[in-house]
Amino acid sequence: MIVRRRELLKAPAATLLSLGPDAWAAAAEGGPRRLIVILLRGAVDGLSIIIPYAEEAYYRERSSIAIAPPGKPDGALALDGHFALHPALAGLMPLWEKGELAFVHAAGSPDPTRSHFDAQLYLENGTPGQSTTRDGWMNRLLLALPGPRGATDAISVGPTLPRILTGKAAVATLPLGPGGARPLPIDQPDVGAAFDRLYSSDDALGRSYREGRAARTQLIAALAAERQIADNGAPPPTGFPGQAARLAALIRRQPGIRLIALGLGGWDTHVNQGNQTGQLAQHLRPLGEGLAALARGASEVWRDTIVVVLSEFGRTVRENGNGGTDHGHGNVIWLLGGAINGGRIYGDWPGLASPQLYQRRDLAVTTDFRTVLAVILERHMRLADLQLDTVLPGAPPVSLELAHAVRA
Amino acid sequence: MVGIALGRACVLLGASASVIILTAALAGGAELASDREIIHVLNRLAFGPTPEELQYVKSIGVERYIAEQLKPDSIPEPIELRSRLAPLETLKLDPVQLRQLYGPLPSLRGFKPNVDAEKAQRERARLVLHDAAEARILRALLSRRQLQEVLVDFWFNHFNVFSGKGLDDVWIGNYEQRAIRPFALGRFRDLLFATTKHPAMLVYLDNTLSTAPGSPGARGRQKGLNENFAREVMELHTLGADGGYTQEDVITLARILTGWRVNPPDARAYPEHGAVFEGARHDYSRKVFLGHEMKSRGKAEGEEALDILARSPKTARHIAFELAQYFVADDPPAAFVDRLAARFIDTDGDIPEVLKTLFTSREFWENVDRKYKTPYQFVVSAVRAAGVPVGNVRPLLVAMDQLGMPLYGCLTPDGYSNTEDAWLGPDATTRRIGFATALAQGDLPLYGANGTGSAHHVDAARLQALLGPTLTEATRQAVIEAPPGLRAALLLGSPDFMRR
Repeated sequence: MIVRRRELLKAPAATLLSLGPDAWAAAAEGGPRRLIVILLRGAVDGLSIIIPYAEEAYYRERSSIAIAPPGKPDGALALDGHFALHPALAGLMPLWEKGELAFVHAAGSPDPTRSHFDAQLYLENGTPGQSTTRDGWMNRLLLALPGPRGATDAISVGPTLPRILTGKAAVATLPLGPGGARPLPIDQPDVGAAFDRLYSSDDALGRSYREGRAARTQLIAALAAERQIADNGAPPPTGFPGQAARLAALIRRQPGIRLIALGLGGWDTHVNQGNQTGQLAQHLRPLGEGLAALARGASEVWRDTIVVVLSEFGRTVRENGNGGTDHGHGNVIWLLGGAINGGRIYGDWPGLASPQLYQRRDLAVTTDFRTVLAVILERHMRLADLQLDTVLPGAPPVSLELAHAVRA
Repeated sequence: MVGIALGRACVLLGASASVIILTAALAGGAELASDREIIHVLNRLAFGPTPEELQYVKSIGVERYIAEQLKPDSIPEPIELRSRLAPLETLKLDPVQLRQLYGPLPSLRGFKPNVDAEKAQRERARLVLHDAAEARILRALLSRRQLQEVLVDFWFNHFNVFSGKGLDDVWIGNYEQRAIRPFALGRFRDLLFATTKHPAMLVYLDNTLSTAPGSPGARGRQKGLNENFAREVMELHTLGADGGYTQEDVITLARILTGWRVNPPDARAYPEHGAVFEGARHDYSRKVFLGHEMKSRGKAEGEEALDILARSPKTARHIAFELAQYFVADDPPAAFVDRLAARFIDTDGDIPEVLKTLFTSREFWENVDRKYKTPYQFVVSAVRAAGVPVGNVRPLLVAMDQLGMPLYGCLTPDGYSNTEDAWLGPDATTRRIGFATALAQGDLPLYGANGTGSAHHVDAARLQALLGPTLTEATRQAVIEAPPGLRAALLLGSPDFMRR
């Protein structure tokens, strides 16, 4: 059943309550809601993440890279009678069992491009097919959120600002590597004072300078304090699990952080993708472990947090001539958090038989990625319809089934 | 031809000091070029000014300087650069030698080399990547063929390969030296051919594995097509994403390029060649590519396809846009791009001819200090302006890494962007200031071969004399009022120095 967003909001309270009986009460007590977006740049193979193990076509088209079905040695982890999780993501099973992890399969962009760079642009500017939109939808979201804005309400993890967070609102950038909290010359009072004066102008450079100074003061202090407690002399963890643990500490100490974006690369598996082991598995394992660490470390603020993991498009159903996959279309979107109605897979599954495929080669898209985001923005971040139109203009209506994925 | 930079006068438009138009440069008068105009040229055709370079341009004139830079082979390289490059032995090796000496150890009679030996070999291989990086940085700092080095940065990102894939860590320096630098100021077609055929590119975008299904050479992991290179060569290297090709064209080009591969280590045929065409893997069927019925077969078919791509007007427009964006403004005017594209078409992709049109354009002279430096440009220009000797390039590589632009470390085939929205951000600004301060105060271990030599404080008065014409009044005041020990740091970390 498809309903318009407006109708959903106008529906009798009982309808809304039926989607999550405790939702309003919990929300009233909860702290600020936050959204973490993880972009898997390079087009991850969603058919290896949520494996349609009941489909004969999956094993027929992927003779060397299919993941063994549940029950076989190193087989996929059954989620229901049709789908299973990649075994390298076993670290996420507790979240699935607790109902804090869901997936939307056959999701993606309405735009047909198989260019990484165009597709990532659309994922980030939120207007598929329109490359002229210069700002990112998360920056527009930041502008639409009520209340005064601080220098660290939105954070990009890494040294530069990705398109998704580019725009009018101030965003902090924070490298979360093990040395991210190390002091810089600018932290010395005399150096800081001299540069404060030099960068007092109200232009792009002056603003970025002041945002950087404010962010350093707040974020670095939080990270440094956490490190002393958490490390206890042990070397800090590296890679994504280490970043995720530091990220968890950060949002626990600074619950005012509302939006975080983070990109991970290395998913463009044209060659030797592997199956239950191999290249893709080696990339998925730290991702799963890191997400589990984030959930654990966020502790009481996990309840107010939603993590969405998405990629610019999926990969071909049929493996290519080199044990890899080429650029495809539909993919899977991951949803994690205390506010997720998890333990289930959302979306309409189009099937993998040849006539069911997009251009007879790729998983079709049955859910526009913007509708998944719209549900989160509306029900979790509490955006009204009008504001939603500024963040994701032209997003198609949300199905009632999908609306259920997020507790209000 | 429009006269170049033969006047004075920087005109400030409105209240914004950032909009400077070097109008006199267009007038074609007989006056001498101002320091401001010379610095503009050195900011765009070089990695920023040095006192020596400024004097040199002053003495010969801007017009002659540009003409010289467009013919790099005529410019002698300084002895210091030649003597610093000479001991970098791995730069002299070809891809086959590099693989023999630094690639994975071969199995002997079926026995794999032991784990320690493999580890030691990987350690040794790191030297090759370091030699490449050292040579690149030294050339950017010291070469008098500055435009060539600027174009190496430009074309390397256009035809990006990543040192983290396969053997590309040991091949990437050779790729830059053999496929990029010799053609940086040559013909676009030659660049396209050289990069496509280099083992580093064949590995990076997987064409080395792409095989006609059912061909005699199809076996194991090499039993079918791989679309990766075919798509990116059209999207990124030639036509552009809006170049009008279809998914069918991607597949057809992949079929055309089947058999273009890295020569295996045990090859009997052409053992001295890094890349070969293997007919046993080629798809010899008839093909229609971008509406052209392909005339040739085999290796020549790939060359025919590359020629179609190199000569397409879409390619001309794409390259013209990128050059205009790199040398003029993030959003170059469409009419200007069209003019460059027309020149590209008229000259069959002659890069110096296109650049000549660009450097004599009104748009080039009207957009002063509008480009925000990339981390690479910022670091290199700061060290050049500071005039400090560099014995050890590692702190510069670390700075590029921390600023998000590790040299040879761009994972994706689109290469690093050079626009402001890609690089300007809060962390970038504080970290650039950190680098500027450490450089100015002699805190970077740049001296001596291992960074153990004595520190050089940067002379603030000398720096101020060099950068003076580019400074806004606000910067000038802030520098004057700062403690003397911080002045050089402020100059190199100033908003004015972040742009070129």
